[in-house]
Amino acid sequence: MLDSTEGYVTEDGRKIGGVVMEMKNITLRFGGVVAIKDISFDIREGEIRAIIGPNGAGKSSMLNVISGFYVPQEGEVWFHGSKRPPMRPFEVAQQGIARTFQNIALFEGMSVLDNVMTGRLNFMRTNMFQQAWWKGKAEAEEVANREAVEKIIDFLEIQHIRKTPVSRLPYGLKKRVELARALAAEPKLLLLDEPMAGMNVEEKEDMSRFILDVNDEFGTTIALIEHDMGVVMDLSDRVVVMDYGKKIGDGTPDEVRSNQDVIDAYLGVSHD
Amino acid sequence: MFYREAGDFKTSYVDDNQTFPIKFDRYRYYVVLAVAFGIIPFLINDYWANALLLPFLIYAIAAIGLNILVGYCGQVSLGTGGFMAVGAYACYKLMTAFPDVSMFIHVILAGGITAIVGVLFGLPSLRIKGFYLAVATLAAQFFLVWLFNRVPWFYNYSASGQINAPERDVFGIIITGPNAPAWATYLFCLIFLTICAIIARNLTRGTTGRTWMAIRDMDIAAEIIGVNPLKAKLTAFAVSSFFVGIAGALFFAVYLGAVEVGEVFGIQKSFLVLFMIIIGGLGSIFGSFAGAAFLVLLPVVLKVTGVDLLGWPTDIVAHLQLVIVGALIITFLILEPHGLAQLWRVAKEKLRLWPFPH
Repeated sequence: MLDSTEGYVTEDGRKIGGVVMEMKNITLRFGGVVAIKDISFDIREGEIRAIIGPNGAGKSSMLNVISGFYVPQEGEVWFHGSKRPPMRPFEVAQQGIARTFQNIALFEGMSVLDNVMTGRLNFMRTNMFQQAWWKGKAEAEEVANREAVEKIIDFLEIQHIRKTPVSRLPYGLKKRVELARALAAEPKLLLLDEPMAGMNVEEKEDMSRFILDVNDEFGTTIALIEHDMGVVMDLSDRVVVMDYGKKIGDGTPDEVRSNQDVIDAYLGVSHD
Repeated sequence: MFYREAGDFKTSYVDDNQTFPIKFDRYRYYVVLAVAFGIIPFLINDYWANALLLPFLIYAIAAIGLNILVGYCGQVSLGTGGFMAVGAYACYKLMTAFPDVSMFIHVILAGGITAIVGVLFGLPSLRIKGFYLAVATLAAQFFLVWLFNRVPWFYNYSASGQINAPERDVFGIIITGPNAPAWATYLFCLIFLTICAIIARNLTRGTTGRTWMAIRDMDIAAEIIGVNPLKAKLTAFAVSSFFVGIAGALFFAVYLGAVEVGEVFGIQKSFLVLFMIIIGGLGSIFGSFAGAAFLVLLPVVLKVTGVDLLGWPTDIVAHLQLVIVGALIITFLILEPHGLAQLWRVAKEKLRLWPFPH
């Protein structure tokens, strides 16, 4: 087992740092249904961490716990070395955790640019009176953040749809815009909930490339949920496997692949 | 052919962020401002001021206010009439308590007071939304009207229960009361409308506007990416009520001069302003202008054509107006939920490519 402060080196030679986020004995119940049962794992700085499992395993619930949308009944969430008190989702976002959604949750009535600019909220300091006046501070702030946003727009290659209303975009581009909005927050931890769901092979390849580039270029720590095993095994450094709310495996893709519990969960167990 | 952005290149984000990015629009805006400030005041008479211009200017302010709340922030409100009443009564109390202070300050303070009241009645929006919030604001509407009827302090214990605007001036020019010249009242309202529209535009194109629209489009996602829903909704209520309060103060002090609250600021007024933004276009400043102009003009046009030209009875024409407005609301809600502003936008898109279809 790794120490919480020391890192490790991945197969492809990237250096992974200490623990960014640690989940300790998380249990989440909805009435009588136990969605997550006593799960612990950590996410380290700079790594790509995947959470996988069959349908209904509690992966999305886990992500919702991390992003503050659900408050677990038991267990602790540690972020950057301190225990996180129960907080509202927007406070979690202010701490530097950004996410995308399984079903795209963009602001349909706004342009791509406005959507991505909304991701920069953490960097907006002017008050409403300054904004009402516009000239001066508000305008300077708008321009400064616009420059940062344009870098991300360039990075994700969505320059041509900058001013297009999001409602007019095809599915694959919407997913990319959502990633742009999350990246605009310059997150310390980026959560991706099924970033490749419903995509064809080319779109998946594009998205995989963007995820790797984001990790490479900005050093962003990424936690993702994905069903496409090929993608998961290729992208991620370490994988958590869940089944029926329990953790049944944790380790590098190779370790997980040879884990008997994981194989049983995915293929079923013969009862003869 | 002349309306296109080809060749109109932007080389800075400041240029790209301006209110009218297309040169033609910008020049048209300057022309409209020049005509409104420089030409109309010299041509105006009492009929034009009272039948068309003053109601248009004042309703446009109210419509911008309501549009911020409903169109930009997605919080349905049926309390506009009540909030206009707050503005009117606040202005009245200020005018009678401090006769020497400029009307400008009174109207702005009246807007501020309305903003506070608006925030109070906006508190339920943190818990409820949509239809249920509409009912909560409806309660505000009835409660406020009841309050101004029943508590004599608000109407200074006058025997009739009405409030009457005393004669007040700005820099020596009489603005309120029967002796106010038409050009002065017109300019006074126009200045407020211009400032309100600019403020609304600045807020909606910046951070505040984006948080409002984020809440409108998907409140859960908005919260998860860092929008504080409490702050976003309450600022929308505050700004919206500020504008609506200014509209109410002007409606009472400058336009009508005397007000009986139940009659003038009843539920009818709430619906009228709501219809304006539905017809004009939700989530559009231009739409607020278009809707206000349309619903102010419609009765006048109908009266001129129906009663004066065709000789129909007055009551038929009055009812016809209700029928037309009702039909239009349904048509717009089904066919073009974004109203006249969207029709205008589509027309511009077509015009850019004209005479080619694609």
